[in-house]
This record gives sequence, structure tokens and C-alpha cells, in this order.
Amino acid sequence: MALFDKFSRLAAARRDLAGYGVNPFGVEVERVLSATEGEIAGRRTILAGTNNYLGLSFDPECIAAARAALLAEGTGTTGSRMANGTFTGHLALERELAEFYRRRAAIVFSTGYLANLGILSSLTAPGDVLLVDADCHASIYDGGRMSGAQVIRFRHNQPEDLRKRLLRLGERAADAVIVVEGLYSMLGDRAPLAALAEVKRECGGYLVVDEAHSLGVAGEHGRGVAEEAGVEADVDFVIGTFSKSLGATGGFCVSDRPELDVIRYASRPYIFTASPSPSVVASTRAALGILRRRPELRRRLWDNAGRLYHGLEALGFRLGPEPSPVVAVLLETKAQALAFWAGLIERGVYVNLMIPPATPNGTSLVRCSVSAAHEPEQIDALCAAFAELRGIAATPGHRACGADLAVASAKTSRGGG
Amino acid sequence: MRDYDEILTEVYQGLKASGQDGVRLDEDTELVGDLGLDSVQVMEMLLEVEDRFGISIPINILADVVTIRDLAVQIRRLTGD
Repeated sequence: MALFDKFSRLAAARRDLAGYGVNPFGVEVERVLSATEGEIAGRRTILAGTNNYLGLSFDPECIAAARAALLAEGTGTTGSRMANGTFTGHLALERELAEFYRRRAAIVFSTGYLANLGILSSLTAPGDVLLVDADCHASIYDGGRMSGAQVIRFRHNQPEDLRKRLLRLGERAADAVIVVEGLYSMLGDRAPLAALAEVKRECGGYLVVDEAHSLGVAGEHGRGVAEEAGVEADVDFVIGTFSKSLGATGGFCVSDRPELDVIRYASRPYIFTASPSPSVVASTRAALGILRRRPELRRRLWDNAGRLYHGLEALGFRLGPEPSPVVAVLLETKAQALAFWAGLIERGVYVNLMIPPATPNGTSLVRCSVSAAHEPEQIDALCAAFAELRGIAATPGHRACGADLAVASAKTSRGGG
Repeated sequence: MRDYDEILTEVYQGLKASGQDGVRLDEDTELVGDLGLDSVQVMEMLLEVEDRFGISIPINILADVVTIRDLAVQIRRLTGD
């Protein structure tokens, strides 16, 4: 096979998409107007696929903190945490995260992807075993691959399947590392953490929970699904990101394990990359403070989530299993999902198009993520746009897509978008 | 350790049950190249195989599994653990 042959399938898929006249995987947001609005294709658009759960990306306090750090410390650290890239802000953020999670220590990484890569690749090594939920994020699988440990998948959200696999490991189960997410990003379903923790207590192993989509979203204090389920004591490592509810970029791990600080020095994704910029650290610290001080943001988020979920449910759409800030609308085929997504864009609504292999069980879906910053009227506008496109979702075995796009455009021009 | 031919028969049965009926299967049949399984379908198929044989197949070995023979050899090794 020649060097570039491996791209031929991808290139063919790209050509297919080009035929539809839209590129859902290269959307240009021409202007960002607020945490919930932007301009796409010259049209004012409600942003409902940004994971900006608390809507803090435009919070004045976060912006002021970022601006002050930018002026005081410059645009970038230009170095690794292990060299010149540790500023007072990085250490303060680690202390604040540890305190928030009531854990012994924290490590900050440059992105959420690197947090999973950095922890899993150094925590496990060849000879170790990682047991990973089948629907876990690519960064978790990549961390496993990088570690050289055996990576075993268990069926999504099935504690019994995990138990079976731990039992098969025999004595090795005691040192196995179990990895799950708090809230799964595609369908918005929570991990059954109480049951998973019980399996861990019974069979052994260490539990890692990635709360990327649940920090600031779930739990009385916003610590995530483990807090909500009352099993934080069973979780050995919490991993998370700053790029969702905290409106910035970066990742972290917190733990009570005294080894965490040594893991830092073994973690290649921590060492061999530049540390987060001072402005990013500053806005993240401000956002964490707001997350702690303003639980009403969480309430507003869930009100919006419920409004969208139940609104779409009433319209007869097939949705993810439970209301959550991630609302997935399931469609039969990739073509349907694409037509639907394009129809929404025409109506001034941006959501995420998700097709295999990024989705569980080969499903195609359009994925909304709700923000505390959405006004109820915006949620209603989302529902109205979905309602106009019901015809696409209702057509079983729906194939040809160009025609639907034409229909979608015609409807938009009639309805005024 | 399970008998190789017995494993092979069960793998054929499993693949036929999961929609590969009507396709000629032999040891040289490639899971992706010949059966056209995509990465998601391969993972789903493996979960079925794991249940059938009561094993866990580490995904690390997948790079070495191209044909039905490769899969059967791995299953034999894992059932012998």
C-alpha cells in the first residue's frame, strides 16, 4: 500500500459531503456574538452545540481576569511546566482545583485530551490492564494505547459486564484501572456510578472518572456525576477539562493518591508540551470561582436542558435516554442526519452533526448542547426549527439528500429562517 | 484450551448470525477487506465473540487480526489463559 492510500476512504467520504454543498466538519463561525450566538454563512445563528454549559466564555469577570493576566504575563509561557512554564497562576489553579474537589492534589494539563493521555499513559504500563467503557472518548483509548497496557472494553454502562471482565482477570483485577465518563458526550447519558463503584469495591481495581461534561453540571456543588451519585470516595482519579463549563481550554486530574505528584514527572503529555497561557489559567480560575459561587447557573442550565428535551420529545423525536445538557436527536441514516443538520443551519441554528465512527453503535444523530446562557426564547426557537424539519426524521429509510436540502432551503425562505 | 476447528466453526456461526449470511467464509476471509466491516462493526462483533467464548479480547491485538484465521488463533490463545 502506498503512503497516501490510507486516506482514500476518508477522501471519498469528504467528496460525498462536498456534494451536499455544506461541510458540517469545517463550519466557519464568522463572528462570535455571545456565548449563545454567532454568525455562520452570513446568518445570525443560535449556537447550541458548543458545550459552553455555564455560558462563561463571555463572563465579564473571566474576561477581566484573562485580560489582566495577558497584560501582566504576556501571551504565552513558551515552555513546558517542567522547564520555564510554571507560573504562580498554574500552581494556584492546581490548589484551587484540589480544594474544590476536596482532594489531596491536582495536576493541570494543556488540554482535556492531554489530561486523559497524560494520566492514563503514565498510570498504566505494559502488563497492566485498563477496563474502558465502550463509549468512552477517543482520548481515553489513545491514552491506553500510549501506555502499552492491555485495553479491554466493557459494554457501555453495564456494571455486570464490567464485573464479568474483572472476574476473568483473577488476581490481576486488584490492579486493573477502570475508566468511565460521568456524563457521556454523545447521548448525554450518565454512568451508573453507584453500581460501578460497587463492582469496584467487590472485585478490586482503581476507578478513573472523566467528568469532562459533568464538571459544573452535575452534583450539588458541581463536582460531577460522582458527587451526584454519592460515590466520590470510590473514585481514585477524577479527570476533567476547562473547555466546557469553564469556557477556556485545558485539562486536569485530581486525586488523593500521594503518587499523583510523581505521575506528573512520568507523564510525557505533561512534560513535552507548552503549559497553558497565563490568560487561559486566569479565566479558568475566575470561572471555577463563579461555578462555586453561583449554583443558580446550574439550575438555569437544567431548566434549559429540560425545556429542550421535553420540547423535542413532545414533537415526537427519538432522543437520548435521559434529559441532560446534551440532547441528542437520533436519526435513521447518515443522509437523514446530514439533511437535518443542514436544515437547521438554514434556519439559523448550529448543533453538532455526529456520524459513525464517532457515535455509539453506528448511529447518526444531531447533538445539541444547552447552556445556562440560553434564553428560554432561544430554546423555543430551537424547538421551532426542529419542528419544521420533522418530515426528514419521519421518513424511514430516507436516502437521497440533495432534494431534502432544496426543500429545507425553500422552507427557510418561506418561513423567514 | 479450546480446539481450533471448534473455535473456527463457532466464529463462522457467529458471523452468519450477525448478518454475514450468504457470504462465503473461510480462514482467509478478511474481516474488513472481504466482509466490509467498519471499525464500529468490528468492535461490536468482538463483543459478541467475547460473550460466546467467555473471554476479554484486549483491543491492542486488533492490529494483528486481519483474517478469520487471525481471530481464531487469538481466541484459542485467550481461551487457554
